[in-house]
Amino acid sequence: MLKKYPTVRYVLLRAIWYFLTFLVALSLNFFLPRLGSDPVDIMMAQSSFSSPEIRKQTEENLRKDFGLIILDKEGNILRDEGGNAIKASKFSQLVTYVGQVFKGDLGTSFKNQKPVSEIIMQALPWTIALQFPAILFGWIFGNSLGALAAYKRGVFDKALFPLALLMSSVPFFVFGMVLVYFFGIVWEIFPAVGAYSLELTPGFSLDFLFSVAYHYVLPFLSIFLILAGGQAIGMRSMGIYELGTDYIKYAKWLGLKETRVLAYLFRNAMLPQLTGLALSIGQMVGGALITEMIFSYPGLGMAMLTAIQTNDYPVIQGVTLLITTSVLLANFTVDILIALLDPRVKQSLAMDVK
Amino acid sequence: MFKLLKNLIKEPMFVIGTFLFLVTIVAGLFGTHLYTPSPDGMSYEAPGSAYWLGTDNLGQDYVALLLRGLQNSLYVGFTAGIIATTIGTLVGLFAGFKGGIVDDILNMFTNLFIVIPSFVVLVLVSASWPEGRSLTLIAVLIGVTTWPWTARSVRAQATSLRGRDHIALARINGASNLQIIFKHILPYLASYVFMVFIMQVASGILSESAISMIGLGPIGEGSTSLGVILNTAKNNSAITYGYWWGVFPAAIVITVIVFALYLLNNSMEGVFNPRLRK
Repeated sequence: MLKKYPTVRYVLLRAIWYFLTFLVALSLNFFLPRLGSDPVDIMMAQSSFSSPEIRKQTEENLRKDFGLIILDKEGNILRDEGGNAIKASKFSQLVTYVGQVFKGDLGTSFKNQKPVSEIIMQALPWTIALQFPAILFGWIFGNSLGALAAYKRGVFDKALFPLALLMSSVPFFVFGMVLVYFFGIVWEIFPAVGAYSLELTPGFSLDFLFSVAYHYVLPFLSIFLILAGGQAIGMRSMGIYELGTDYIKYAKWLGLKETRVLAYLFRNAMLPQLTGLALSIGQMVGGALITEMIFSYPGLGMAMLTAIQTNDYPVIQGVTLLITTSVLLANFTVDILIALLDPRVKQSLAMDVK
Repeated sequence: MFKLLKNLIKEPMFVIGTFLFLVTIVAGLFGTHLYTPSPDGMSYEAPGSAYWLGTDNLGQDYVALLLRGLQNSLYVGFTAGIIATTIGTLVGLFAGFKGGIVDDILNMFTNLFIVIPSFVVLVLVSASWPEGRSLTLIAVLIGVTTWPWTARSVRAQATSLRGRDHIALARINGASNLQIIFKHILPYLASYVFMVFIMQVASGILSESAISMIGLGPIGEGSTSLGVILNTAKNNSAITYGYWWGVFPAAIVITVIVFALYLLNNSMEGVFNPRLRK
């Protein structure tokens, strides 16, 4: 099938693989919270009710939301002879859950009765606006520095390498705290928390956009610099490895310009770095979410923190599902990019088919 | 072997890394026994002669808290590191050595667990298990979700060893698969596995402090970790009030351990991998 188009075939195969992975992730997202005690029991234990009837009603509604009891076609609760709701089996619960997720229904927040999808859609733009540029530019900046360090060696490398190593061993949230303390509290150069000044109403006014940009600096820097450190280290050792290869030596003997050699070096050392980026996106997103919590940035990290503090399970589950999904999408994108960019992979794809 | 050690000792990064690491280990192992905490004082007392690093929101001596936190964080890091390295090395060795269908299946699992973020698994389990959230549970969770990294790199190494002559010789002499894997492949990878282990410990410590930071850390008497200290400080808005001692000492300790481990790993890489040498 599709033998003439190895790249298309590859993309399709990857898409199928990622879809299956998504199903596994969905099941994990469903089963892991149900390993421990019943979330509904935990929620019920935290609230007080004026009468047993209200209590029972609330509990049944919660169980309905979680898909824990069987419903008939009109959405009414099925009851046994004693009037108690019939519990659904784990498997039918999973089927209900997967069906709901594909319809875009992530349940209802326990705390403020809003749909989880609505809470997530409010938070998501902030997270994307913060993390996407920070990760992208951090990657580019770090890799350029790393390639330079590998090529120049000497003093530049000796100074840069330990610094990059130190930067990459600082956890995201620690660096965020340092920035908040010095720039936000002690020197008061940048605002310490939030994404915009609360006196302004969100909109496309100049004041508001300026305020957003002003609040953007610290959280952006804290993700950007840490990420750049890690990438620089990886690129440096890849670069040194590539410098020892025959094709670079040959290029140098030919007397090619330094910039030309550097361009070859960068291109070949970049591809493993790209794979590395794909693989570590999951870890980075986790770390970057904590950065949001430090800065009280109104993105997904903050939504999750609030949900954790109030035991709002539907929201926690919704956010984790979204993180997993975006990590899978990012990996898929990078897989395809590599297939398009790397001549070696391209060739091996064509060979596989024969 | 001795030559390698000699080369290592010449590396300033290795010496500094070892020194920092030993200091943290000694402080973590013996600190809580040697240091007698000062009696509880007021909430957030500034560092001074009575309390070297001040007190926390409950008036507890921060030095004692940090020592306990260091001990617990190291415990989580090492437990998670041992679990992840063991699973990862075994999976990687078998996949790389066996090849074929075994490789395909193990590789599929590895790739599956690499793309599902371990942070997500940690959050989901910790959030729904408030009563069982101990240091050990968190360490085990980190261990069983981070092994794919090790598996992937060990597999690559084992695959390249599979075709060597001494493996073929061993097989001709009737050695079993297990014998070949443990006697003829693993020793070649020992230094490599050790380096991977160091990174797993570092990532275990980081993961634990991250999960504690968002309020899903270990619960229970004496299970204060460095992440829990940071979380308490954050919940009490220590930074906003300018109580820097609530945040920075713990943050610095985490950074120093991880930095020391990275230094060790990188200096070893430089010595074991001749291409990186000048």
